[in-house]
Amino acid sequence: MTDDERQRLARLMQNLKRSAFIYQTIRSFFIEQGFLEVDTPIRSPTIAPEKEIIPFETEGWFLCASPELYMKRLLAAGYEKIYQFSHCFRKGERGHFHNPEFTLLEWYRKGVNYEQMMKDTEQLIITISTRLGIGNTLQYQGKSIDLSLPWDRFTVSEAFQKYADWDPTFNPDLRRFDEDTVLKVIPNLNPYRPTFLVDYPAPMASLARLKPSNPRVAERFELFIGGLELANAYSELVNQKEQEMRFRKEIKQIQKVQNRVTPMPEKFLRAIANLPECAGIALGMERLVMLFCDAKTIDEVMPFTIDKA
Amino acid sequence: MDISEVRKGSKIMIDGIPYNVEEAEFMKPGKGSAIYRYKLRNLVDGSSTNKTYHSGEKFTGANVNTREGQFLYHDGTHFIFMNTDTFEQYSIEESLLGDKSHFLKEGTIVTTMMLEDKPLDITLPIFVELKVTKSDIATKTDTVTAQMKSATMETGAQIDVPTFIKEGDVIKVDTRTGTYVERVVTKK
Repeated sequence: MTDDERQRLARLMQNLKRSAFIYQTIRSFFIEQGFLEVDTPIRSPTIAPEKEIIPFETEGWFLCASPELYMKRLLAAGYEKIYQFSHCFRKGERGHFHNPEFTLLEWYRKGVNYEQMMKDTEQLIITISTRLGIGNTLQYQGKSIDLSLPWDRFTVSEAFQKYADWDPTFNPDLRRFDEDTVLKVIPNLNPYRPTFLVDYPAPMASLARLKPSNPRVAERFELFIGGLELANAYSELVNQKEQEMRFRKEIKQIQKVQNRVTPMPEKFLRAIANLPECAGIALGMERLVMLFCDAKTIDEVMPFTIDKA
Repeated sequence: MDISEVRKGSKIMIDGIPYNVEEAEFMKPGKGSAIYRYKLRNLVDGSSTNKTYHSGEKFTGANVNTREGQFLYHDGTHFIFMNTDTFEQYSIEESLLGDKSHFLKEGTIVTTMMLEDKPLDITLPIFVELKVTKSDIATKTDTVTAQMKSATMETGAQIDVPTFIKEGDVIKVDTRTGTYVERVVTKK
């Protein structure tokens, strides 16, 4: 072992201890509410077709990019409250907030919509903060973030009109949407408050259901704290036909633009027939730990990022 | 190369001009496409610029390398150098060198940056020793503070020097700032 590595790992010890404490706190939080911890495959024959999430392929199968489809297959079989920490893999994602291998915390509830997921997330993060002895004020990168409830909510439409001068709901230009999200919207969100961006334009629905009262948008939200995109949640789409249609469209796009072959997740599609109304969320664990460790980069909370592996 | 292979320090061609990637920032909405923000240094004119790219973008690497060269002579429009490894000669247009040409004296060893076989720019030694060929006689003598006067070097450079410097003296010059450092004592 080199001196560099020994010193680097020694410097991370405080953060890794805090990370372990956060994992333990999350487990108790869910267990106390009657959730079941599950563990689904890290390597699987199909994954959700998503153009902007490039999977690693291994002997014709895929490394997990999110445990979402398996979690919903469990819900379809009658499981009502489940959570899991899942190692996930996404090709080419490396930056201050990204490493190609990372950990998602996902949880799902039967019989609720994305509103409940917002409440869960608020409660979960307040609980961690309280048990860490921080209370309602989180210090992150020189800013005091006020965690008191309820957190701020803006629709995507409101946020874009305010910070990017256009409304993606009526003009869904995906390329411009992504660029303005990271360059105009996120940097302008109130840095002193957690913010939910809710109701994404329908073309960005992914696996979320459209809002019954306004089908131009999907019941999807993302959570931002301290400039970090922390979580993404849906009222889950439980319409088999519609999901199949969206997948088909995405598979075609992926084939056309990236020349990448993505098989249809047939077993998941069959399970949707039995999927009850439910909602689910994926939260980036490293980023959550970053917030509570006042870490500027993901490298400060992971002992072996891709460059150090 | 695909944009995902571009790193800090990569040299890439954009619109036929080679750039050095000085800073690379990767940003990506979880479900959206990756955005890459680069701080780029134009390797031809040295200017710097910021650019934003999306995933899927392709670049050609810039085949940039450096070699050591000794300055031989100036033929009126070009500066002629000799590769110190191969003894081959190569020339650089005066306009590409800008003010750097004012510090080039026969025999000076420089680092030349090449795009394929075409010289782009040179890096001068930090200090060069130049002979003063013309210097005004200081007129003001009514102060004890360090007086400076303008002097012309053998290479044509105009440098402010202390009043005690005379024509024929050799001085050390910092090429980064173009300023006088000290007088060099020459053995007679």
